[in-house]
Amino acid sequence: MQKYSIFNLVKNAFSNHENWDLAWKDPTPKEEYDVVIIGGGGHGLATAYYLAKEHNITKVAIIEKGWIGGGNVGRNTTIIRSNYMHDENGLFSEFGMDLWRKMSQDLNYNVMFSPRGIINLAHSDAQMNAYARRGNSMRLNGIDAVLLNREQVREIIPMADFSDDVRFPIFGGLMQPSAGTARHDAVAWGYARQADSMGVDIIQNCEVIGFDVSAGKINGIRTSRGNIKAKKVGLCVAGSTNILAEKLNMTLPIETHLLQACVSEPIKPVLDNVVTFGAGHFYVSQSDKGEMVMGGDLDGYNSYAQRGNLPTLQHVLTEGIAMMPFLSKLKMLRTWGGIMDMSMDGSPIIDKTHIEGLYLNCGWCYGGFKATPASGWTFAHTIAQDRVHELNAGYSLNRFSTGHLIDEKGLGTKTWIS
Amino acid sequence: MLYINCPHCGMRSQNEFSYGGDASVKRPELNKEVSDQEWDNFVYNRKSLRGKHLELWQHISGCRQWIKVERDTVTHEIFRTFKADEEVA
Repeated sequence: MQKYSIFNLVKNAFSNHENWDLAWKDPTPKEEYDVVIIGGGGHGLATAYYLAKEHNITKVAIIEKGWIGGGNVGRNTTIIRSNYMHDENGLFSEFGMDLWRKMSQDLNYNVMFSPRGIINLAHSDAQMNAYARRGNSMRLNGIDAVLLNREQVREIIPMADFSDDVRFPIFGGLMQPSAGTARHDAVAWGYARQADSMGVDIIQNCEVIGFDVSAGKINGIRTSRGNIKAKKVGLCVAGSTNILAEKLNMTLPIETHLLQACVSEPIKPVLDNVVTFGAGHFYVSQSDKGEMVMGGDLDGYNSYAQRGNLPTLQHVLTEGIAMMPFLSKLKMLRTWGGIMDMSMDGSPIIDKTHIEGLYLNCGWCYGGFKATPASGWTFAHTIAQDRVHELNAGYSLNRFSTGHLIDEKGLGTKTWIS
Repeated sequence: MLYINCPHCGMRSQNEFSYGGDASVKRPELNKEVSDQEWDNFVYNRKSLRGKHLELWQHISGCRQWIKVERDTVTHEIFRTFKADEEVA
């Protein structure tokens, strides 16, 4: 594989950049693999990469129905954080933060990781208390957290509405300074390029039609490009999880929902953090191009459509304008939608299944992008060792039966139904 | 914008409704032995169909009645609506 470096950049300039190697190949499916990963998104590509890198398993195929990085890894709002209260979520995400910090060097691909900090705004004394508690829990798990008062928040984001007569005045906020953003497409491409160079077959335009299961054991998959034998199969298909589960006669604690995001026209630098509104569901950051990147609630009804409706967008942006009134002056540049695998307690599932050799990675809800490296790393471990790692032990499939839910918000099941 | 034909009030905008999830889910009968699996299926497990989906909505800013809606989860087309106690053929 060609190394991306300043030296190679200069060298290739002499040939008008026409002789760069392809970043990954376009192989035809082989008859058999040790591991087949279904889903060429961030998590699937990361899983294949860590299978090769950490476990020396390189007879691996990634099967993707469309093109790699065309799903949620290309549709998210690029936020990376580990500001969770519960141990399972906090330790898992903080492990991921470490992988994020090293990612550009590790992948030899600039993922533009920018640890610019995230601020969750508080709008009441009770919310300040709740944030103090969450911040303390984070610090006990080695995650940086700073509780900011109103004046400290004003210093960082003076453009927010600090008047006294608003419905949701800003009391303060909880900041994780090491949180941030990254270039989402680069994450998919970087993982794909390295996985490919270690021998992983990235097979695009290949739809999974069925599974070959006998005597409780997986033997392979059936695809639109022929049958593929596999000793182990991992599912990394986010919003399409239920469609594949149906082919396996599994019913999962997951519903597929529609989440929208949008960006404004590009403007000069105004916001160098990620900020979330605490009295609803709205978050905003500014991209390197200057666009304000915004998102919030699900559309609210089951959906496989990768496009949303205006009422939810209007609702979300109303919150944004309440928080930062200047946003109302901006023109909307683009809106888009993706389909989320919403789990019933808001936390993911990375586990083995009742079928031997079949592994499940799903339930990422709003937080799939930031989990990409940790999800790939732990899923690769689970597949390679045929047992869960302690980091994903809590993300079990049977926790819903046993009552060991990881309910970060303390709101009970289906927290996303409004 | 979705338009939902409330069987009590007629065609109204989506803004008047709130969503209640899969309408095919049945609560286990209380006067018989209920297994853990049956409770799991009622509380957590969902088919989340791609295509025609029968679901509950509440006309919360209207007549406040719960209704059933048959809707496509890919195109968002709404085919039929029913009163909550109406049998769906």
